[in-house]
Amino acid sequence: MKWQNIFKAAFQSILKNRMRSLLTSLGIIIGVGAVIVMVGIGQGSQYRIKKEIDALGANMLIIFPANSHMGGVSRGAGSFNRFTLDDAQKLQKESSLTAGISTIVVSGGQIIGGNSNWNCRIYGVDPAYLAIRAWSLKSGSFFTERDVRAKAKVAVIGQTVKENLFPDSNPVGERIRINNTPFTVIGVLTAKGQDPRGMDQDDVVLAPSTTVLYRLKGGRYISYMMASAISTKDIPAAQEELTQLLREAHKIKPGEDDDFVIRNQAEITEAASSAAHILTLLLGSIAAVSLLVGGIGIMNIMLVSVTERTREIGIRLAVGARESDILVHFLTEAVVLSLIGGIIGIGIAYGVGVILNHFTELTAMIQPQIVMMAFGVSGAVGIFFGFYPAKKAARLNPIDALRHE
Amino acid sequence: MGPVNHQSDTGGSSKEAEMTTVIETRELKKNYSMGTVTVHALRGIDLSVETGEFVSIMGASGSGKSTLMNMLGCLDTPSDGDYLLDGVNVNKLTRNEYADIRNQKVGFVFQGFNLLAKTSALENVELPLFYDRSNRIPDTKQAALDALDRVGLSDRVHHEPNQMSGGEQQRVAIARALVNNPAIILADEPTGNLDSRTSVEILALFQALNELGITVVLVTHEPDIARYTRRIIQMSDGRIVGDNTVARRLVAKDVLPTLPSLENDANGEVMS
Repeated sequence: MKWQNIFKAAFQSILKNRMRSLLTSLGIIIGVGAVIVMVGIGQGSQYRIKKEIDALGANMLIIFPANSHMGGVSRGAGSFNRFTLDDAQKLQKESSLTAGISTIVVSGGQIIGGNSNWNCRIYGVDPAYLAIRAWSLKSGSFFTERDVRAKAKVAVIGQTVKENLFPDSNPVGERIRINNTPFTVIGVLTAKGQDPRGMDQDDVVLAPSTTVLYRLKGGRYISYMMASAISTKDIPAAQEELTQLLREAHKIKPGEDDDFVIRNQAEITEAASSAAHILTLLLGSIAAVSLLVGGIGIMNIMLVSVTERTREIGIRLAVGARESDILVHFLTEAVVLSLIGGIIGIGIAYGVGVILNHFTELTAMIQPQIVMMAFGVSGAVGIFFGFYPAKKAARLNPIDALRHE
Repeated sequence: MGPVNHQSDTGGSSKEAEMTTVIETRELKKNYSMGTVTVHALRGIDLSVETGEFVSIMGASGSGKSTLMNMLGCLDTPSDGDYLLDGVNVNKLTRNEYADIRNQKVGFVFQGFNLLAKTSALENVELPLFYDRSNRIPDTKQAALDALDRVGLSDRVHHEPNQMSGGEQQRVAIARALVNNPAIILADEPTGNLDSRTSVEILALFQALNELGITVVLVTHEPDIARYTRRIIQMSDGRIVGDNTVARRLVAKDVLPTLPSLENDANGEVMS
């Protein structure tokens, strides 16, 4: 047996046909690299969305008014029995499993301050809001219960608002006018960036709930409420407690449906993750197409070189190579090329991942099982199409292989 | 010495002390089926070649001479009949044993050279030794260098086929056929792709090898080429129709000086 000679012959063939070797490897490089990067981006996005949702707030619960049924007739979302400040006060007073409850009054309007004006959302909230959202102040202070009771005309502005109205100066203590009502800026929020839905969380003005409700918006209904459970494990109990308190407040008889919905963060996370999951699937299918295209590329170059190679096999058979010698030779070639291509592909994928993570907003998370899968599939295609035509040629009589057109 | 030496030869290898039969075929047949039609390429060949002979097989195209050659070289398998090569009935062998016979007992020279591209002369000549499982020749590189020296290509060892003239390529092919010390050298139209002067040079090489006792069988359709051998077998329609000793054999070494020299010298500079 002269295995070392056959391996030597295989390596010589690779080195002597650099172009062919390169093209073969290229298919595998692209197949492996594209799959790893694509799936990595999908996984990275999923991970990032989860992280951002975690940052939305600690153990957050959101209480929405909901459609109620009257004799089997649905009245549509938020159509009936909206919340009032009384509801919020009852919850704040009687709930024992929540760390804080905040009224949210959503409004909006034109804000004039400094030399410019700006239009953004205005949230009327309670002092607990900052803790519920896990937000913090960059400068100044937040308003207090007293401000809420007094309907004080004070406001805390987000970073985007600050940049538009007071680009170069500290806005704390400055006067702004919201829909012509004068307010004093008492604080600036720390920048938070976009939320998972792409909304700019810094483009906001916070003011006491009573102020927004009575001075800006008018009417008696608040938009919704936010609460935070004492701890993560208390979320279901807190949810149950709030449900009971609200049913009492709304005088809902046993057996009747709630006229509100309480969502917890797990549900929100789930909704957002399923969006990210779809993204991963999408990128994954693009990657699968890349893998397929890479595979077809490998197949083509292998099949195209087969005429030349069939003659080569004929020469080798004519001087006394056994069928098994030819098979080992070509199998070695295919395995080596697939290995080299796969390793380069993985290297490029890691490089691209590092570049993406450093220089773009995309996050790529490269997972070993995806690397293995991409490598496995490309390798299998490369080895099969490198080996199968050679196997067929090696079965020929030497003279038929030599005469192959 | 005259320009052309018409040497008379009594046939066979008179120099050999003992005459052994190296090739013997009995009723050798080869049929090809092309769709519904069966082509009888060989219709029963009885042929015997002794050690040290220099035989040419002649015939028109389609006479079956190349088919016979491929059978003798174990490149193709006969449909029927027996073929004894160096005393071994090769028809009873497995594919692997067949490959080993090609490797150790036969040296084949093709019309189209059939050298590996992008591979140096040395590596091309070494190729049969790569697949030699008997390890008869321990130093394969030295053996290949020796073979290249015998065909006069010591200075072309590291040239690749595309850097060599046709004559040089055919010399490499002959060196490759020699390197395993085979029982026979078979050449299928070895001069078919070469100009007449280079053809005679190649024939001079075959004659020199034959003088050393190597059995050579050569296929050609040119009577001029066949006259350099000692025995001519005439084929027609898959049968042997004539088997004659060459009466006035040409000696290539003596013919060469009479031929006009080409622009490139006799050893063949690289042709563009």
